[in-house]
Amino acid sequence: MNNCIEKKIELKAPLSRVWRALTDYREFGQWFRVKVDGPFVPGEISRGQVTYPGYEHLQWEVVVQKMEPERLFSFTWHPYAVDPEKDYSKETPTLVEFGLEKIANGTLLVVTESGFDKIPSDRRPEAFRMNDGGWTEQMKNIENYVTQKS
Amino acid sequence: MSPKSHSRPVAKRQPRAPIFAALGDETRLLLLAKLSGGQPYSISQLTAGSKLTRQAITKHLRVLERVRIVRCVRAGRERRFEFDPQPIEEMKRYLDSVSQQWDQALSRLKSFVED
Repeated sequence: MNNCIEKKIELKAPLSRVWRALTDYREFGQWFRVKVDGPFVPGEISRGQVTYPGYEHLQWEVVVQKMEPERLFSFTWHPYAVDPEKDYSKETPTLVEFGLEKIANGTLLVVTESGFDKIPSDRRPEAFRMNDGGWTEQMKNIENYVTQKS
Repeated sequence: MSPKSHSRPVAKRQPRAPIFAALGDETRLLLLAKLSGGQPYSISQLTAGSKLTRQAITKHLRVLERVRIVRCVRAGRERRFEFDPQPIEEMKRYLDSVSQQWDQALSRLKSFVED
């Protein structure tokens, strides 16, 4: 278990094609399954309607962070906020980053989602501060403990 | 510390971030290592062999208790602490489900750009 999700995928398509699929709001919406209201602009909120079958009643909302052409696209959001009754705005959002890299036969896309460990600063007394580094290792430890037990 | 009710049922949708944060400490992980055997320990037992004071251990236990990884059980006049693996298991399931959603989205992206 880790507090960061990382996915790598090789796409047989040029950088420019992948960049467009990620950052053109209409194209993004097609594969991500969301009808986004308008273009992505760094620093601004993007809203839309989920089109994933069975989840069409859900609003979709992200804050676009970075758009460095053909290199990096990032946004913050509340990961898979699937309960319409719940107010996710009080939870700390996670950061999603799409990193692009040219490879021999196309594009290497690295997606990371991080920040599952963050808590709002007003609820972060000294005791809750994390020590630097070793976090992944610690989570593995915990997982070992748990699996030993069960 | 006042003996409040420490046996509340685990909430269905407990915020996850504080659990991650509560686990981010060496002392608390060591405490959990002991407790994960399944046997409840008293504060004295947990303090024995540790450089930390009883007070410091209590403070760490409270942090774990607040996120319900550890719960306080009473045996007569003695308080004992035991490990509850459920929040950690829930957290792992949650991350697994987010991870799966990404796998699906990225495979849709793959067919989208490669077609």
